[in-house]
Formats: sequence, structure tokens, C-alpha cells
Amino acid sequence: MTAWEMTITIGAVVLGTMATRFISFVVFAKSEKPPAIVTYLGDMLPAAVMGLLVVYSLKDVSLSVAPNGIPEAIALVILAAVHYWRRNLLLSIAVGTIVYMFLVQEIF
Amino acid sequence: MKNDESRNDESRNVNNISTEAATSPDGSKKSHDKSAGREAFRYAFPLTVPICAGFLFLGISYGLFAVGQGLPWYLPIIMSATIFAGSMEFVTVALLTAPFDPLGAFILAFMVNGRHIFYGLTMLTRYTSQGWKKYPLIFGMCDESFALNATVNLPDNVDRGWFYLHVTWLNFVYWVLGVAMGSIGSQFITLNLKGIEFVLAALFAVIFLDILLKGKNLLPGCIGLGVSLLMRIVLGPDVFMLPAMALMVVIFSLLYKFKGKKETDLADEGGTAS
Repeated sequence: MTAWEMTITIGAVVLGTMATRFISFVVFAKSEKPPAIVTYLGDMLPAAVMGLLVVYSLKDVSLSVAPNGIPEAIALVILAAVHYWRRNLLLSIAVGTIVYMFLVQEIF
Repeated sequence: MKNDESRNDESRNVNNISTEAATSPDGSKKSHDKSAGREAFRYAFPLTVPICAGFLFLGISYGLFAVGQGLPWYLPIIMSATIFAGSMEFVTVALLTAPFDPLGAFILAFMVNGRHIFYGLTMLTRYTSQGWKKYPLIFGMCDESFALNATVNLPDNVDRGWFYLHVTWLNFVYWVLGVAMGSIGSQFITLNLKGIEFVLAALFAVIFLDILLKGKNLLPGCIGLGVSLLMRIVLGPDVFMLPAMALMVVIFSLLYKFKGKKETDLADEGGTAS
């Protein structure tokens, strides 16, 4: 990608992101209560999109090519256990990442 | 997260600590209008300290990750200050190493950050009434600033607009500072950072797990994960995102029609009856 294409790509992401932040304030500038289906989608989509992002961040993991997604699986199980135990976002992220880095650097 | 909620509920404790900090050091209370901003800062700053720790860690990770993927050191800093949406900034690194597709980037950013629409609906009246401050407030409406500003219980003597603004700009500075430390520091760090990219998966997995553990959003979470997995398996890693998001919107619209609408109809009837 050229520097110009990178600038345009980042600009497009900025526009897309800012659209999500400003749109409610623009659309509902006058009316007090947004339509019920918008509120419903607003309730449902955050959790669903987070599920999508989990899959997105692991989309290039292959189960058929070594190491068959095993380091990812181990790191995620430990991450889930730590999170279930302590319920601390930062601790869970740190432990999961360090375990994964150790696995791919030293074992797999 | 349960702890966080109870902390917010028990905001009296926080109030006590903050009011002490606000009244003791100097007599600036005399010119109340002028010191409103400083007063609000003394109240806002302690509440942002945990976010500071988190943003510095994630920001450093992001800076290291982005430079590790071959981006020049200044690009992650520019992205952190302009996009200012953590997860989307990680995704943008992938976009910058993929074929040029600005429309796809725009749509992806809109969908990935779709939750901000809901934040906007929640803060609609609270931010709109803040005059010029509403523009930086909406610009910087990230998950963490929203969470603090939407849940805080402020005493009457603290100016709401200034409090919101201090929380927002402090979090912004933490994030940009963290990213700058990571991307500039990566030139001096000789550690083997293979695998650092997993911090992204870990971030999303933990937030997702946290949503599931709370129990409230079990159904949409499982639908989101299930639809995404299905589309990833059927369509492959490169093109599954947009079809997955479209299918989710269709499913939730149908759910609303068949299930949600009944509930709101009942609620509306109840409302008109009373």
C-alpha cells in the first residue's frame, strides 16, 4: 500500500468510527425517544459483535496445519479460567497473552 | 464487572474521598465559576486511574504490535489520536497490510464500532446540553469514558460538563501516550515479541467472556459467536465479516419482530392504559 492509500484507508476508518459516535446525536437531535427497534438492536449487537471479533481475531488459525490451533486453545482456556476466578479484564488479558507468547516461542 | 457496578452504586465512598481532596488543599472555592473545571478535575482524575493502567498496557501492546507488523512508528500514534477506538485500531493494522479498499474499511469501522450508536442514544440528553463541550465528548466516546460518564453519581457541587470532559480527555491522553510509548519504545526493545498479536484475541475473548458471565446478553452473544463461526467455516477467513454482520442484523430484526415486539406492545398498552 502506498502512503496515500494508507492515508485514505485510515481516513475511511476515522469516518466510519466517528459516524457511529455522532449518528445518534444527529438523527435524534430533536426527538426524545428513539424507535424501539433501534434500542433493541443497540441492546443485542454489542454482545454479538464481540463474539464476531473473537472469531475475527482468530480467523487465520488453521486446525489442519501444525500446530493445529493448540497454543491458541491452551491460552484461551487459561485466560477463561483466570477470568472466571478473578474477573479482572487486564489480568486475564496479560496472563493469556504471556502464556501464548511463551507457548509459540518455547514449545511449539 | 460486578465489583465495578457495586463500586458505582457505593459512590458515597468515592464522594467522600473526592470531596476531601477537593476542599482541603487551597481556598480556590471562592471564585466558584472559574474553579468549576478544577473542582471537577479533582473528582474525575481518581476515577480514571484504573483506566490509565489499562490503557497504558493495551496502548503499549498496540504500539508494539503495529510496529511489529511493519508500520512506521508514527502511524500507530496518528491512528490512536484520530480513530481512538482500540479494537478498530488493531483491525486497521490488518487493513493496512491488505489490498486497498476504503469503502470496505469504512463499512467495517461502522459495523465494528456499532456499539457507539447505543452509547450515543444513552448519552443523548446528557451530552447535547453541554454546549461546545459536546463535540469533544462525542469524539472521545470510547467504551471506558462512556462507562464512567454513564454510571457516575455526581454531587451537586461538581459541574457535570467539566467532569465528563475531564474523564474523556484524560482517557484520550492515556491511550495516545501508551501507544506512543509502545511504538517508539519498540525501536529500543530487543525482546522476542513473537505472539504479542494474541493480545487482540485475548482482549476480545475476555470482553466476550465477561458479557457471557454476566448472563444478561447470553443469547445475542451466542448468536454472534455462532453466526461468525458458521460464516468463517463456510466462506473462509477473508470475506466472512460483512455477511456475518448482515446475517446478525437480519436475525435480531426477526427476533425483535416475533419476540421483542410483543413485549414492547404490552409495555405500550400498559403505558397508554395508565
